[in-house]
Amino acid sequence: MIFGMLNCRQVSDLLSDRLDRKLRPMERLGLRVHLSMCKACARVEGQLGFLRKAVSRLPDSRSESDHRRE
Amino acid sequence: MTHAKPAGRIDVSELEQHRPYLLKFAALQIRRKEVAEDLVQEVFLAAINAADRFAGKSSVRTWLTSILLHKISDHRGKVGRETSIEALQEADGADGVEALFQANGSYVCLPQEWRNPEDSLTDRRFFETLEGCVARLSETAGRAFLLRELMGLSIAEICKEMGLSETNCSVLLHRARMGLRACLEKRWFAREDQP
Repeated sequence: MIFGMLNCRQVSDLLSDRLDRKLRPMERLGLRVHLSMCKACARVEGQLGFLRKAVSRLPDSRSESDHRRE
Repeated sequence: MTHAKPAGRIDVSELEQHRPYLLKFAALQIRRKEVAEDLVQEVFLAAINAADRFAGKSSVRTWLTSILLHKISDHRGKVGRETSIEALQEADGADGVEALFQANGSYVCLPQEWRNPEDSLTDRRFFETLEGCVARLSETAGRAFLLRELMGLSIAEICKEMGLSETNCSVLLHRARMGLRACLEKRWFAREDQP
């Protein structure tokens, strides 16, 4: 991996990894450089964060079928 | 330091309030609803029998969920699924995330901006959509993802549970997240009846 040369695919890998482990300094740097220039990846960053929050609430959500069952 | 809850202080009424959560958790991993319901019932029986071993170190819900995880694994074992081999093959597969990117690593379909995502968190239909998207994940990717996001297991713990290497585990989680992102975008945030 060459510094500053991350593509969107590699960035999506790191955005996912970051939710599971601490990134190494060079990974963080490469990520920051890319995110500052790439709108699409900056969106994905926010969306993956939102996804985590939404999924954590999923088991407590009540679906239509739950209501019908009662 | 807080004192552990005295052992054996679990009553049935306390268990019952966790049933909807456990059912949802099971249903996300077991496609057949009646099987999921049976497994949750088994969890309650096991919990009542083992109530005196509940140390109070975790919440009752976490304790019940960990019993459920074992029940789900047992069930999978019985129906003859070798999760680790299946997951290994899948993690090696070239489909999934690959389809989202061009050969040069840029997006085939540029991710769109999601309008007011926080508002969705109060919308029941959003969670139904999300549930549908989780169900579309492969069984192994979905399982790794739920172990991580709902149980809060570490990568190392998930690897142990599923018999995977850490790299394969990360591949599955990456695939699950990017798959869910794309699915939510298509089925919720870019839907045509969006207000």
